[in-house]
Amino acid sequence: MSTTSVDLPSHGGHGDAGHIDDPHHQHHFTTMEQQFDTAKLGMWLFLATEILLFGGLFVGFGMMQGRYPREFVEAHEHLVRWQGALNTVVLLFSSFTMVMAVQSAKNNKKDKTVFFLFLTIICACIFLVVKYFEYSHKFEEGWLPGKFYSAKGDSIPGSHGYATFFAFYFMMTGLHGIHILAGIGLLSWILMRAKRGEFSNAYYTPVDLVGLYWHIVDLIWIYLFPLYYLIQ
Amino acid sequence: MSTHTETTHDHAGGDAGAHEHGGTAVNVKTLLALLVLTAITVGAAYVNLGSGNVVVALLIATIKASLVALFFMHLRWDKPVYGIVAMAGFLFLGIFLMFCVLDASSRNYYLPQNMHRTEVPLTPGTAPPSLTEILPETPDAAAAAPGAAAPAGEKVPVTEPKK
Amino acid sequence: MDYQVLTMGAKTGSLPRPRKNYLNESHGFMSWAGTLDHKRIGIMYLVGVMTAFLMGGTFALLVRLTLLTPTHMLFGKVLMTAETYNRVFTLHGAIMVFLFIIPAVPASLGNFVLPLMLGAKDVAFPRLNLASFYLWVTGALMAILAMVLGAVDTGWTFYTPYSTTTDGPVTLMTSAVFVLGFSSIFTGLNFIATVHKLRAPGMGWFDLPLFIWGIYSTALIQVLATPVLGITLVLLMLERGFGIGIFDPRIGGDPVLFQHFFWFYSHPAVYIMILPGMAIISELIPTFSHKTIFGYRAIAYSSVSLALVSFIVWGHHMFVAGQSQLATVVFSALTFLVAIPSGVKVFNWLCTMYEGNISLETPMCYAISFLILFTIGGLTGIFLGTLSTDVHLTDTYFVVAHFHFVMMGGTVTAFLGGLHYWWPKMTGRMYSEKWGRTACVLYTVGFNMTFLTQFFLGSKGMPRRYYNYLDQFQPLHAFSTMGSWVLGLSLFMTLAYLLASLRKPMDAPDNPWGGTTLEWQCSSPPIMHNFEDQPVVARDPYDYRPVKVR
Repeated sequence: MSTTSVDLPSHGGHGDAGHIDDPHHQHHFTTMEQQFDTAKLGMWLFLATEILLFGGLFVGFGMMQGRYPREFVEAHEHLVRWQGALNTVVLLFSSFTMVMAVQSAKNNKKDKTVFFLFLTIICACIFLVVKYFEYSHKFEEGWLPGKFYSAKGDSIPGSHGYATFFAFYFMMTGLHGIHILAGIGLLSWILMRAKRGEFSNAYYTPVDLVGLYWHIVDLIWIYLFPLYYLIQ
Repeated sequence: MSTHTETTHDHAGGDAGAHEHGGTAVNVKTLLALLVLTAITVGAAYVNLGSGNVVVALLIATIKASLVALFFMHLRWDKPVYGIVAMAGFLFLGIFLMFCVLDASSRNYYLPQNMHRTEVPLTPGTAPPSLTEILPETPDAAAAAPGAAAPAGEKVPVTEPKK
Repeated sequence: MDYQVLTMGAKTGSLPRPRKNYLNESHGFMSWAGTLDHKRIGIMYLVGVMTAFLMGGTFALLVRLTLLTPTHMLFGKVLMTAETYNRVFTLHGAIMVFLFIIPAVPASLGNFVLPLMLGAKDVAFPRLNLASFYLWVTGALMAILAMVLGAVDTGWTFYTPYSTTTDGPVTLMTSAVFVLGFSSIFTGLNFIATVHKLRAPGMGWFDLPLFIWGIYSTALIQVLATPVLGITLVLLMLERGFGIGIFDPRIGGDPVLFQHFFWFYSHPAVYIMILPGMAIISELIPTFSHKTIFGYRAIAYSSVSLALVSFIVWGHHMFVAGQSQLATVVFSALTFLVAIPSGVKVFNWLCTMYEGNISLETPMCYAISFLILFTIGGLTGIFLGTLSTDVHLTDTYFVVAHFHFVMMGGTVTAFLGGLHYWWPKMTGRMYSEKWGRTACVLYTVGFNMTFLTQFFLGSKGMPRRYYNYLDQFQPLHAFSTMGSWVLGLSLFMTLAYLLASLRKPMDAPDNPWGGTTLEWQCSSPPIMHNFEDQPVVARDPYDYRPVKVR
């Protein structure tokens, strides 16, 4: 099935539950529509768990910010604002390319799907490269988490607030980075399947679901960016 | 369980009976709005609004997040259940945050004069000293040595009025 | 009686018995290890959680044995040291909570019965279901490894700063719990999607059996609360490894914050434990009273509201932990609120039984036992939620008694009831009613001997988790320990006669109890795809109205 458009056979309406020809049809669903809607619901439930998982870190960060207001403000100045802003722009653009990829898959535009997925992966890689530069700078200066914090020149020496700030910085951007990496993996898998012509307007569920995941990764960064780079 | 009988369009793949929506124009406009909001939020960070900075930053972040959710993630045209699921996530996160803040803000632990009472300086790469090194052996020893460091949790004369 | 009373689906088997069923459909290890059938996954979970229950129960018996005398002697030798004791009660708690009770009803009975009750062929995501099971197995193996490597002595609650500084495989144990958490999340996710999307034609939300409402409410909690446990454990591990400074006061952290993080999950978790138990009771009582459930919507709404309100009361575990007075008062007030839906249910069940045609088969015996034990457990929760009494009762055996009454007297009792109820459906065999009822009575007696006593122990001042105790507590401790022997005996008996029933031929009727929900419309055991034809729902789920036979 490598053509760019697919002619749907007579659709699996609820009269012919046993006769759906789509090779992706799972037997416990009556129609492809039911299957797609269920998959989407499952993905949204998973995204809710991601909101709560990251949210826990946001709460911890917020509480520690209340604990160490001066140290947190001072420590955050070590973060380079333009790098954070660049990463924000890159991720927003990648969300755009992602939604364009989903749209292309839905409209049977195989080449555009592949193109937009590819762009999304490129954006993700740019994000990670910028992150790499940020992290290596931190390592050099000794702005490290917890007991590894070894920077000098803080205005309240001996306070743990700086170490705690950077612990949270690395935890949150690190967990986010792991999700970006996982996203690159998923996007690459979808890219390969798109190249094989697996997606059409009859079946583009995986692209849609990976898209939803990718948007959540972007959404988390939308909150991370101001809290870490813009607070003063 | 579909009930409509159109054969031409993508009901099996998709948007249960919704008409044409999304589309390149909407996506581009959403992206532009997001970029503009990003510029605004970065700009706002250079203006000193005191504690208002956090509020403004989070407000703009929420607007951006809503745009991503409504348009990129399709909630604008989808069935409400997906949006409810997402909102539930945020709602319970909010509950968690709210009660933690309620507790911390009405407790003495975060008061400046109590902040550094039990802390010891960290040496990178080593474990913190054990509690027996920080605390005196008995409460009486602490009372007997007036110059000793105040142990954690012990009743120490506090100058601020009792809450 | 002028005419026979027939309920939907006769008591004697009315469907032709298929030769093939989900058990003999295919053979071999891989046909089970790689199965996507929710019924087989449910059975595998059942074997797993029962094994965990056996392990956790053994540790409990050891704890009680150690406390038989203040000198911890048995036959002239000290049974275990204080350090070992701390590990044993931690393991008892961690295994029972994370390996047994949280997965037990949803993943074993729920997995089996939920699609059948909905008239569906499987759950929404069968592969995710299998993945949940393997995550459970992985978590279990990691926990066992942690046990072998010296076990943990922090208590199942892992309070900081002890847990961030003590020796022992804390990181491994918390990683095991992290993995188990994801097993729970995926099960919950699966069930929510299944209930939303895979109902039989004609089955609206208010045609759902109340078991489904209960499991659905449980799933809501599983999905919303467990991720916070996940991040709590990650933060704990990083505090141990990196000294972040969030929970350890020596490096500026706040140990009370750990408790907020921990109990935000763990309080809703206890509703993950009880809601499925209540869900089972909502099935047992109408069936064995041969009467429709009283207050269907009240029970349905109370299930969901219990799930939601459970998220705003967690501070009642922290009244004396150092939480602020304001937060303490707020949480106490909210705790009174959360008792209301449970009370609504108990009254509705009682009203269902009233003027019903009650038959006392084993499942009903367990249901009645549940009503007594859960009510005691629930009421004593109010004493603990009341600030003035909690100051005296907290961290005593009163608390231990309270939660065993609700978790064991509640959930385990209901689980046993459900196990017996659906045993013919799952295995195609009937267990021995005589042994069943005997074991149930022995169980109730043993349970009360063990745990009712502990209310007195606690109110007299015996602290929990203590190895040593004052001589004056010895008679009560001894009585409680002897009760644990009766309780243990009853459970071993149950295991024995249930296993013995498997040697009988598969001749159980399709609907031995005259149940009205859809799972009784398929054969015992069901065929692979559950139903020959897609069932269509036209009646209320608990319609016991007599049908006139001409």
